[in-house]
Amino acid sequence: MEYSADLFQPIHESERINSGIVRPSVTYWQDAWRRFSRHKPALFAAGVLLIIILGAILIPFFYPYTYDQQIRTARNLAPSFQHLFGTDKLGRDLFIRVVYGARISLSIGFVASIINLTLGVIYGGISGYIGGKVDNVMMRFVDILYSIPLILYVILLKVVFQDSIKAAFETTALRSLKFLGPELILIYIVLGSVYWVGMARMVRGQVLQIKNNEYVLAARSMGASGWRIILRHLVPNTVGQIIVTVTMSIPDAIFTESFLSFIGIGVSAPMASWGSLASDAYKGLASYPYLLFFPALAISVTVLAFNIMGDGLRDALDPRMRK
Amino acid sequence: MSQKHDVLLEVQNLKKYFHVSKGFGRSGKLKAVDDVSFQIFKGETFGLVGESGCGKTTIGRTIARLYKPTAGQILINGNDIAHLHQRQLQPYRRKMQVIFQDPYASLNPRMTVGDIIGEPLDIHKIAQGDARQKRIYELLDQVGLTKEHANRFPHEFSGGQRQRIGIARALALEPELIICDEPISALDVSIQAQVINLLEDLQREKGLTYLFIAHDLSMVQHISHRIGVMYLGHLVELADSRTLYDEPLHPYTQALLSAIPVPDPDETARRKRIILEGDVPTPIDPPAGCPFESRCPYVMPACREVRPVMTESKPGHFVACHLVNPVLVTLAQA
Repeated sequence: MEYSADLFQPIHESERINSGIVRPSVTYWQDAWRRFSRHKPALFAAGVLLIIILGAILIPFFYPYTYDQQIRTARNLAPSFQHLFGTDKLGRDLFIRVVYGARISLSIGFVASIINLTLGVIYGGISGYIGGKVDNVMMRFVDILYSIPLILYVILLKVVFQDSIKAAFETTALRSLKFLGPELILIYIVLGSVYWVGMARMVRGQVLQIKNNEYVLAARSMGASGWRIILRHLVPNTVGQIIVTVTMSIPDAIFTESFLSFIGIGVSAPMASWGSLASDAYKGLASYPYLLFFPALAISVTVLAFNIMGDGLRDALDPRMRK
Repeated sequence: MSQKHDVLLEVQNLKKYFHVSKGFGRSGKLKAVDDVSFQIFKGETFGLVGESGCGKTTIGRTIARLYKPTAGQILINGNDIAHLHQRQLQPYRRKMQVIFQDPYASLNPRMTVGDIIGEPLDIHKIAQGDARQKRIYELLDQVGLTKEHANRFPHEFSGGQRQRIGIARALALEPELIICDEPISALDVSIQAQVINLLEDLQREKGLTYLFIAHDLSMVQHISHRIGVMYLGHLVELADSRTLYDEPLHPYTQALLSAIPVPDPDETARRKRIILEGDVPTPIDPPAGCPFESRCPYVMPACREVRPVMTESKPGHFVACHLVNPVLVTLAQA
């Protein structure tokens, strides 16, 4: 090939500008969605969770039986088209009881995430942002909470507060919540007072790391207020990890509730939770194994789905955490 | 500089100590900046050099009031800002801005370039809506970027482009003083010259004053009118850049200058490289004498006892060394 001098002329100004490599600008959330949707198991898990949530909300409205309805002619039936999951020894339909269990479990997950997102994020954020002695005191308090065994804590709370909670149900506006039973409220309180600790630690760590970043220093050198720094710089840079932590803490809370109900300090009859259903079924395991199988399946599927979806979210929102 | 100039920034006896834990409940004082005084004139570039950990960045950040000084005065146009509260500082923040070292850490990854440059406008409520947009495009244009860049995110840019965005942000408030905290040391050599040229052009156009912090001596010599040399939290020599390079007086400055590579093999072979023995001592509870005493090739007994003071040995040439100002030595021995 011949190389002539005119091949080496500088290109024209307009041509130079237009030859830039142009790629559409992608926001953080678009990029996160692209990564999440590529993660097929997580997408599938999200679908499963959607079905469970919709089912828990809608099914009781048009299902022929209620969770506490005893059909005397239909005790200890095996699964059939009449009773999808069979019936228990009092003739109650197991399917609708599992659906109600889903409502309980999901409400527990909901309470845990609300507490995480409010108390956990604010507590951790304040601790990390102020730093120094305040941080030290706040984190030691968290350490103390962390070191109390959960079961001991539940039993203590139950002993101390059961009567006052029951009284509150009789007299105050809480009466409309009475159907939940004092035990369930107690579980909400227990999980609510303990489950924000992990989130607070995570947020504090993130804030400590980010607040010394040069872009925060730059904002401060411009005279940005504390609130502006928190809302424009710290929160947007931690929100991905906050979402991941919330998603990962939900199955943990669900599992804890099931466990507490299983050992008998959870919801009270006739309300059903997955843990109490499994506990009841466990006694007749040899004769009626399906009574244990369905609640156990529900727990496993839900917890697994939350974990897989959390995995996918972590990969999508927090690329540094990827394995 | 021979002719009379207006003083824009005057730093007097500035001290910044940090409390550090030495373990077992004992705490020490890290004297990051100890008794530093200098002036910066309007329109000049004042270079501040020294090795890592000598307190250059701390001085810059203390002047920008990112840190609260332990003692001393920071006068901007004669007003002391060293002990003002955040709210009282607000009008002075508009007069000085900072360009940071790491262009990868100094831009919020969740904000568009337009929002990053617009943030100072929002904070000081200077421009809203269309006026804000117009100003952002104007600033982008001034640093050699185009308005198409405004909707992009920092991760879509190279290091040099990011530093330009940082410069545009610093210019947004039309400051008089820009504190350049090692603005080029994180960049590729080929990009460094571009950014330096941009800074020089902007200075010419807008009459900006720079406090240029760096450890790259040849670059500092190129851009600065006057240079201060720091060692272990102290200013040890201050002169205009030609004088400092031609006839350095402080042994530490001499050693630093001998480390600059020269693009001439004969010259390299001829000249003597001063190699300092030992390491920089820790700035936690430092000894009383000259900070350079432990590594100085010409150390004298007086150096261990008495801290040398900045003295004007020639017009405009200040140095803190007992070798140059022997009056102090005799005083110490007497």
